[in-house]
Amino acid sequence: MTTISRRTVLQGMGVSALATALSGLPVLAQDRTAIRIGYAISKTGPNAAGAGISTTPNYLLWVDDVNKAGGITLSKLGVTLPIEVTEYDDRSTAEETVRAIERLATQDNVDLILPTWGTGANLASGPTFDRFGYPQLAGTAVTDMAPDLVKRWKHSFWMLGGGHDYAEALVALLVKQRDAGTINNKVAIASVADGFGIDLSKAATPAFTEAGFELVYDKTYPLGTSDFAPVISEVAGLGVDTFVAFSYPPDTFALTQQSVVANFSPKVFYLGVGTAFPIYPGIAGPNHNGVMGIGGIDPDSEALAAYFERHTALNGQAPDNWASAVTYASLEILAQAIERVGDIDREAISAEISSGEFDTIIGKVKLVDNQLRSLWTVGQWQDGKFVGLAHTERAGAREPVVPKPAWVPAA
Amino acid sequence: MKFVLALVALVALAFVPSFAGPYPLGLGIGVLGYGVLATAWAMFSGPTRYISLATVAFFGLGAYTVAVLSETLPYPVVLFVAAVIGLVVALIVGLATLRLAGIYFVIFTFGLTELVRQLVTYYEVNVTRTLGRYVFLPLGPEHIYWQLLALLAATLGMAYWVRQSRIGLALRVIGDDPVVASHLGIRITRTKLTLFSISCVIMTLAGAIQAPRWTYIEPSIVFNPTTSFLVVIMALLGGPNRLFGPLLGAVPLFLLFEWLSANFPNHYSIILGLLFIAIVFVLPNGVLAAGESLWTRLSRREART
Repeated sequence: MTTISRRTVLQGMGVSALATALSGLPVLAQDRTAIRIGYAISKTGPNAAGAGISTTPNYLLWVDDVNKAGGITLSKLGVTLPIEVTEYDDRSTAEETVRAIERLATQDNVDLILPTWGTGANLASGPTFDRFGYPQLAGTAVTDMAPDLVKRWKHSFWMLGGGHDYAEALVALLVKQRDAGTINNKVAIASVADGFGIDLSKAATPAFTEAGFELVYDKTYPLGTSDFAPVISEVAGLGVDTFVAFSYPPDTFALTQQSVVANFSPKVFYLGVGTAFPIYPGIAGPNHNGVMGIGGIDPDSEALAAYFERHTALNGQAPDNWASAVTYASLEILAQAIERVGDIDREAISAEISSGEFDTIIGKVKLVDNQLRSLWTVGQWQDGKFVGLAHTERAGAREPVVPKPAWVPAA
Repeated sequence: MKFVLALVALVALAFVPSFAGPYPLGLGIGVLGYGVLATAWAMFSGPTRYISLATVAFFGLGAYTVAVLSETLPYPVVLFVAAVIGLVVALIVGLATLRLAGIYFVIFTFGLTELVRQLVTYYEVNVTRTLGRYVFLPLGPEHIYWQLLALLAATLGMAYWVRQSRIGLALRVIGDDPVVASHLGIRITRTKLTLFSISCVIMTLAGAIQAPRWTYIEPSIVFNPTTSFLVVIMALLGGPNRLFGPLLGAVPLFLLFEWLSANFPNHYSIILGLLFIAIVFVLPNGVLAAGESLWTRLSRREART
């Protein structure tokens, strides 16, 4: 009995090794019946939650939208072809992301590759995209390095700005409020000790100081912290009107709930990633109103409203109010660039993305130095919508509500 | 004869990058990387039966060293510094913990990974105020492949030497019965510490060499505990007490993981879990040992008939 199972296991190993070797054979017949798009996305591991909110649903929606409209027209070949998807799980590891892209580019020979979720993973896959000449439209990477990266990797496009954009916009917005006399001069910052929190606090601390704010609290807390009572009770005694947390999703929710419990209700309550998530109002209840955070949308845009509807209908959840629309817009840019080139010529497509102007759900977009510079930076929940208060290129969609309504005590 | 064969194999493998495409080369890097880690792991943990889950702590230290120093020092010096850091940490950790045995050691090494990761995070957050670091070195996949190949050859050579030498024998005695070993006059702690340090330095170098492949490094990327578990399971599959055992575990398992993630992206974790259970139940001593016992049983049966 045991002999048999051992042998079976060994045979299984042999078969799988053989299969791996066979799958290494290149695809010979390249019959073009579809435009083949590949992506490796975090379906498991720590990045799965973020990918499942901002990235994957938009990939699914885009493919659905394009295919329902008949596909993408390749005028030079005289055909309109639907999109066919090859997807992998990168298991939230950089090593797997890199290898999955190598596999997509050289084994599956896909026409185009969509990037994975998150700053680190997009930076880690940059050299691989570049080596194979695939355009990389990073819709969920926040990095101040973008101007340097585009010089290094000509096919990379950075769509979500850098830490400085968000931190400086927030400070500028608060300066106005202070000068108008609505808030005092004291600010408290708590940041998650991880890439995002550090990047933003590094940009925000000098910006606040230069603007003449008094930083009475500026500390980090470890990733994975769930009890914020010590932070909140310390900050509550400092007399600040402005509380800023460069936080991550679980902390963002915990900070909200625990501030309500402690009845710490500063005039400006700003949180990081997660504030813009569609589930935030569900978690914060009536207290979501007036909370500020990173991102934002234009509540008056009809294109965006239609996008929200389609997204909710297909995925069963609304998009987030920051990176989702940008991610979808980056896919629209990609599709339009392909149609203008009229063929799967990745060099030409990259050049078109870099220089062309595109019609997207976030308006007319033209990249500057391979970067999307038209971004919502500060948002606030007002009447059930996470409206943009500050934008890098235009005026805010709404005026900030300061002070925010006092917390409704938890029942 | 054996050495000639080994040399021929090494030279042949060194020419792989000249004809292999990027994807096979990527696989090669993965296989070599895990081959090095599993062999280094088994060098200490095989004979002593101390299951160490600290592999990725040293691996990550190596990667971080490269990330921190790659802009200021020439690359070979960076590798040397990484090895020294690995050695120092291994000595400190070894002195503090090798008196632990059994499950306490396992738990400690697992905790060590988290400790190192948190210390690095703390340092980066509070002192340098950067968390992600960039590694821009002019090293392509083929360079990483060659370095890993050299490291694997050195690791196997070292493992071979340990098996032949007194220290290897001493280590096996300790693994079988520490009380007997101490009565025989073996200096238990020193022996274990020496082997533990060698094994850890190799792991540190493996991390340092692979760092340029990722460009961007942050604690959550390089201190991924899954790596430690994979290394253990690979070494166990192949047989941690044989020279080529860990390598023979690393190669098929790595290819199998790759095949699974290419073909069953949505069921990968489930299949992986079942596989681990199967390995522990069906092949507790590794493929090589199972093969040998099968062989002896077959030949005995033949002798009887």
